[in-house]
Amino acid sequence: MPAARLLEIDGLVTSFRTPRGTLRAVDGVSLAVYRGETVCIAGESGCGKSVTALSVMGLLPDAARIESGAIRFGGVDVLALSPRERRGLRGRAMSMIFQEPMTALNPVQSIGRQVAEVFAIHGTAGRGQAREKVLALLRQVRIPDAERRYDEYPLQLSGGMKQRVMIAMALANRPELLIADEPTTALDVTIQAQVLHLLRELQRELGTGIVFVTHDLAVVAEIADRVVVMYGGRVVEQGDVFDVLQRPAHPYTRGLLAARPRAGQTRRDGVRLDAIPGSVPSPFEQIDGCRYQARCPRAQARCREQAPALAPLAREGHAAACHFAEETPA
Amino acid sequence: MTAPLLQADRLSVDFPVRQGVLRREVARLRAVSDVSVELRAGQVLGVVGESGCGKTTLGRALVGLHAPTAGTLRIDGRDVATMDDEQRRRMTRDVQMVFQDPFASLNPRKRIRQILQVPFEVHGLAGAAGLESRLLELVSLVGLLPEHLDRWPHELSGGQRQRVGIARALALQPRVVVLDEPLSALDMSIQSQVLNLLVDLQARLGLSYVFISHDLSIVEYLSDSVAVMYLGRVVETAPAAALFAAPLHPYTQALLASVPDPVPRRERVTRALEGDVPSLLRAPRGCAFHTRCPRAQPRCGDSVPELRPMSADGLHQAACHLI
Repeated sequence: MPAARLLEIDGLVTSFRTPRGTLRAVDGVSLAVYRGETVCIAGESGCGKSVTALSVMGLLPDAARIESGAIRFGGVDVLALSPRERRGLRGRAMSMIFQEPMTALNPVQSIGRQVAEVFAIHGTAGRGQAREKVLALLRQVRIPDAERRYDEYPLQLSGGMKQRVMIAMALANRPELLIADEPTTALDVTIQAQVLHLLRELQRELGTGIVFVTHDLAVVAEIADRVVVMYGGRVVEQGDVFDVLQRPAHPYTRGLLAARPRAGQTRRDGVRLDAIPGSVPSPFEQIDGCRYQARCPRAQARCREQAPALAPLAREGHAAACHFAEETPA
Repeated sequence: MTAPLLQADRLSVDFPVRQGVLRREVARLRAVSDVSVELRAGQVLGVVGESGCGKTTLGRALVGLHAPTAGTLRIDGRDVATMDDEQRRRMTRDVQMVFQDPFASLNPRKRIRQILQVPFEVHGLAGAAGLESRLLELVSLVGLLPEHLDRWPHELSGGQRQRVGIARALALQPRVVVLDEPLSALDMSIQSQVLNLLVDLQARLGLSYVFISHDLSIVEYLSDSVAVMYLGRVVETAPAAALFAAPLHPYTQALLASVPDPVPRRERVTRALEGDVPSLLRAPRGCAFHTRCPRAQPRCGDSVPELRPMSADGLHQAACHLI
């Protein structure tokens, strides 16, 4: 039996009003997340990955507007909900963690009280049982010495511990969907390994669907079931993590993978990295055709004339938006 | 064997910890402790470790931005502390630094031309003939165009700004460049461009680098030798190939095992190191790593292990009681 679709984004266009005009940060993105799976949205700064995540959560800044498209969560069109209904979903059926746990916690309130607030807001814990529920939650995210940590303040916690507290708050009401926006980017590599491990374990226990936003393809390889690669506000490639990372079909995905040294490759042996030339285009730039054309080694006249649509490849679920897509061993 | 180009010998750097309205010194924090590293001409020394391990402080001490509390810094075998003013001026030209954040390290109120002139002004060379042609040479060296000289920092991309930071470090033709996380603020597709530039410049100008980074894949790619730091100390140092092929110190092993692998696997077995790095103000007694070490024994808390040679040539060294 195929797993049920938890989240479905269809043709999402999100734009920002700026002093220099309107820009489309997300330009026609479609993707789906099934129950219990982890989908990574990967890309560089400005590719629209975070704006896609914030659009789903309904946490866009005032200057942003969803112009068109649909976001369905458990079959319900969330864009048609009232602000009040939307708030009822957030923190309950869907929740989010961010890159900077330092700025997301209240510095003058104890850890325990902040976590307890999540139950209070949604009325999901009775009087007197909140403390026990909070402690159970802190233990669940493997915070050692939870009794003592309950009364401590964010200042007294390391970055990794703060991110665990954020995860505890996000999971407090057993959401069906967790959106994690670069949750390990600010952490050291040994702590990143702990947090990735924890997210995988919790997902197994709770069956949560996870959307994991990251710029790091190695983190994608560690955590993703499926990957969506974005460039210039559009999806350029998507598919199973093995297909996208081992048989990348879009020149951008291939370029990103080739730009990183692999284990054992060294300058001492004369290995030179294949850098992607140029830089990410400004979102204000009007580009006809494929947005990657100026940096693409394979660009042809057709790439300047016609924007490529996401088209299916040989393996189920694997698709790329390139006129010359070709699955190539990475 | 000739003296190393740059050598730190049991170098320590302390910072005062101040508290209260009188900002009285209540403690001293040893950010770098007894560190011995050396850089040979034409080589790249990678310095790795997690935040708070002292790698940035070490880098700043190597270029003279922090005075060592103890220990000796030598250039061409000569002790920097005994140099006269002229020799010290020469030294500051010879050893330059590139900083992590290309957004914060360039003065936003100065055009690129003025930013690149500063090193010449500091060393009384601004009036020299040929300055303009030297500036043009510098921008072309780092892959920028002559018109970039008249731009403001905010008009440049992150990658272009880091190129300006590199040009500024190269202005006075140094022999050593200390690069403190020069890629980590850049986008993925830009990192390899700047990395390739650093490789080209090193070969073309015969430079030596101290490359400070938390990115182990790039350190493995770039370095000839590597020093691994934990809580202010070097816990392992070795030629890069030996360190990555056969790390000896339990911390180095855990660090390498934590690096995410870009090849996806069905069975993901990230061996996570337990716990967090302790605060330097409450550094554990004995081996600083013993509180997290999977192999710790009671004696690890008794005394600080010294770096000891672990290979026949003595180049692979580790500081662990248990090896």
